[in-house]
Amino acid sequence: MADADSPSSNTAEAGGSPVVMAVAWLWVAVPFLYGLYQLAEKSSKLFE
Amino acid sequence: MGFLDRSRIIAGAGWNRWLIPPAALAIHFSIGQAYAWSVFKIPLEDSLDISGTASALPFQIGILVLGLSAAFGGTLVERKGPRWAMFVSLVTFSSGFLVAALGVATRNYWLVVLGYGGIGGVGLGIGYIAPVSTLMKWFPDRPGMATGTAIMGFGGGALIASPWSTEMLEAFGGDTGGIARTFLVHGLAYAVFMSLGVVLVRVPPEGWRPAGWTPRDDAGKRLVTTANVSARNAVRTPQFWLLWVVLCMNVTAGIGVLEKAAPMIQDFFHDTASPVSASAATGFVALLSLANMAGRFVWSSVSDVVGRKNIYRLYLGAGALLYLTLMLEKDSSTALFVASTMAILSFYGGGFATVPAYLKDLFGTYQVGAIHGRLLTAWSIAGVAGPLIVDSIADAAQRDGRTGPSLYTFSFSLMMGLLIIGFIANELVRPVNPKFHEPEPAVREEPLSPEETPDPIPAERR
Repeated sequence: MADADSPSSNTAEAGGSPVVMAVAWLWVAVPFLYGLYQLAEKSSKLFE
Repeated sequence: MGFLDRSRIIAGAGWNRWLIPPAALAIHFSIGQAYAWSVFKIPLEDSLDISGTASALPFQIGILVLGLSAAFGGTLVERKGPRWAMFVSLVTFSSGFLVAALGVATRNYWLVVLGYGGIGGVGLGIGYIAPVSTLMKWFPDRPGMATGTAIMGFGGGALIASPWSTEMLEAFGGDTGGIARTFLVHGLAYAVFMSLGVVLVRVPPEGWRPAGWTPRDDAGKRLVTTANVSARNAVRTPQFWLLWVVLCMNVTAGIGVLEKAAPMIQDFFHDTASPVSASAATGFVALLSLANMAGRFVWSSVSDVVGRKNIYRLYLGAGALLYLTLMLEKDSSTALFVASTMAILSFYGGGFATVPAYLKDLFGTYQVGAIHGRLLTAWSIAGVAGPLIVDSIADAAQRDGRTGPSLYTFSFSLMMGLLIIGFIANELVRPVNPKFHEPEPAVREEPLSPEETPDPIPAERR
């Protein structure tokens, strides 16, 4: 993915690191999954 | 401005473009909290002894300032770059909560309005448009999916904030001290959460393209241009105002249902053998939130394949047919009502998420963020018009002693009419006249200030 999705030049940055990628996505995924879980609990009330 | 300057965020080697969506989501998940403001209404009414109308004012001012700051700050956001814009959004959105906390602690209602609505509203508007043009530059092959991801975050923000704020109010208490502490924690937590976006966001180097991708040269046929139009010139084109009408009609038709969802489903099935309880209505509201959010990602991603004009045909045409179905079927089936309103709300969310890519197709990426900001004034109008139509018609019908679906059928017929107007406006969209295109050298340079933007239309042709 990095080859197709990254600019190429002579300087390097941390933005290609899989750790940075994982941390960035977890940062937003964890609260989102919490919200989805709460939503699923609420919406089940419609079918009770 | 050093760290915040556009020149400091040009991506170097190995900077993966898939880091930009989480950067955008860190901002949009935060500012999407605005849709969960209702959680604070009852505690504020009880502790500050204010009316329901007064407790809604901070949110209303926030949405108003959102539209104004997006419209008037859009060009500045393009010029200063996404890191600057995200930082401004972080500071104003978080400070808004801190000022509101001070307002509640000192029992000063107007400080709450100024903090959350006035200062925080700037964070909403600047934050909403901050990542849009950057995402489209990183994902020229999938602009709909890219902006759909960020704008889905705005829908998802309430999903996170609503239960989180409720739990915090339960922990701290619903008195002035508890609300002030809740606001304080919100301000600090959102500042930390949004900082990921400020740190991670990058713009691609000049001329960067995803490997193996080349722009399709089919501008005339599919409304996709490779030319660029400045924000100043875009508002002079009929295409801008046709899209303004499309967005305004689509949002008005969706927001009227969204705002009144819980009482609406209870009223609709009030006279049937299986009425809907208040608790079940809460579940209905949650399902609508899910449809609104999913529609933002799914439909805008589909638009990358089927084209922007076709997807709006679906939003507006199918939306009108769904309103017709609701009018004809009335209270015959709860499942049909839930499915139809969910589809309408998915089109509502899809309309928000697809419009930046539609603008990019018509006007190019040069100042698309600023053009998007100006277009969001349609949201401000729709945000007032939609609830006003549904509420006033339902109130009048109730005063006449009516119950059940008849409280809403006239509103639905109006919504259907609005969607048909939007459908016609979408049909009238054609490629932008080349006289509005920017000369190539102006586009290659950094975005210019409004004063500096060259006017490519010769005076004799205006």
